[in-house]
Amino acid sequence: MSDNKIEIRNLYKAFGKKKVLDGVDLDVKNGESLVVIGGSGTGKSVLIKCIQGLLTPDAGSIKIDDEEVIGTSKNIHEKMGMLFQGAALFDSLSVWENVAFVLLENNRMPRKDARLEAIRVLRQVGLAPEVADLSPAELSGGMQKRVGLARAIMNKPEIIFFDEPTTGLDPIMADVINDLIIESAKGLGATTLTITHDMASARKIADRIAMLYKGKIIWVGSVKDMDKSDNPYLKQFISGSSQGPIQMEV
Amino acid sequence: MLRKTFETFVQALGRPLVSFIINLGYFTQFVAKSVYNCFIPPFYLKLFGKQFLDIGFYSLPVVGLTTLFAGMVIAIQTYSGISEYGAEGVVASVVLISVTRELAPVLSALMVAGRIGAAMAAEIGTMRVTEQIDALITLSANPFRYLIAPRIWAAIIVMPLLVLFGDVIGIFGGYLVGVYKLDFNPANYINNTADNLQAIDIIMGVVKAAVFGFVVAVMGCYHGYRSKGGAQGVGEATTNSVVTSSILILIFNYLITELFFAR
Repeated sequence: MSDNKIEIRNLYKAFGKKKVLDGVDLDVKNGESLVVIGGSGTGKSVLIKCIQGLLTPDAGSIKIDDEEVIGTSKNIHEKMGMLFQGAALFDSLSVWENVAFVLLENNRMPRKDARLEAIRVLRQVGLAPEVADLSPAELSGGMQKRVGLARAIMNKPEIIFFDEPTTGLDPIMADVINDLIIESAKGLGATTLTITHDMASARKIADRIAMLYKGKIIWVGSVKDMDKSDNPYLKQFISGSSQGPIQMEV
Repeated sequence: MLRKTFETFVQALGRPLVSFIINLGYFTQFVAKSVYNCFIPPFYLKLFGKQFLDIGFYSLPVVGLTTLFAGMVIAIQTYSGISEYGAEGVVASVVLISVTRELAPVLSALMVAGRIGAAMAAEIGTMRVTEQIDALITLSANPFRYLIAPRIWAAIIVMPLLVLFGDVIGIFGGYLVGVYKLDFNPANYINNTADNLQAIDIIMGVVKAAVFGFVVAVMGCYHGYRSKGGAQGVGEATTNSVVTSSILILIFNYLITELFFAR
């Protein structure tokens, strides 16, 4: 068995004539926190959706624990959790029903027990029990992210995906969410794959960073290596300069 | 020059045709998947109950009002059309047949398409564009079983009940006009209605209702599920759901009538 939790080889995905993933090769090691950085529209979200089976790639291979997941009939989601960019909380359910969704609908746990379990996990992400009965629409952006995180870790997943976890948050709340991500992942011993363009967040939570540009992984390394790298694309991206090889389509 | 014009002409014809065939393929796949998942556990009874109430109980006022006035207007129209032949007794039977065979099922279904089909498209469409459907999948819940099957079952079961309610109210509307406006004898009117009541008329209305319920739920869910592009996409899904289900209701109404009375 290899040391890789996720192994991606030659992954291609196009929408019509637009090539979004153009031969992606990427490994995520067991227990590590890998952050994929890249500008808007470079295919970060498509990559994460392909791994989770939300999109079907045109070609290539994705292995989780050495097992091919593309086209598999197995339920691959049992070992995964996901924090969506907009939290994606079900607005027809209360906060605790969102958090305990898996317990209620898949495990058929009695509602009373599921509610207690949801409150326990809400506490873990720094939310008071009073929040449990509110509707998602009554929460601030930061609180919604915390509830989304609580829902993602409820089932004790082996892999957690974070899609732009700090987008739309103020810098302090963003840092709080970063801390929660680190704590939750460490607490569960989970492997995490985060996509972001927030460099402060990437530096804080990453063991390794990969940069996606025009559908390809053009650089992979540690945070320390990133600062020393002379890759012009990476240098431009981390400095946030409009001058350089990356030309934004406007 | 001529060749280029011809190419443009063929492209202009071909593009919508190809797009239509692709969408037809998506739609057929969606319907097949929806029907299959209606019979596969887990069954979400609580969600079914909620839809049952939304589609059935909360549609009672709108279906009642629509069929009441439809029954009333048929009574007046029938009377004004045949009174010169002294056949007032026919009013009761015309009201009965029009309401049970056509007006109650079709008008109720059109009302439900506007009220419920649109709501289904908007709710599922919003879930699609806010990634809630993706979230369902990542939580190991099948959106076809969780979102679509309860809506289809509820619509198929509750629409016939709504139509039976509409039958009673529509016939009562005819009675009100017959007795209080046209001065018919109340006992004779009721007797005429009872004498002309045939099981086949009620059965046809109920069969139509079940099919229309399926059409409204499937079209609402389909357009919602395939919506994209934020608020505008959800708006388009809602409009498309009402327009396509209304047209399909009228087409299926003809086909079922033809099927029942084919000789």
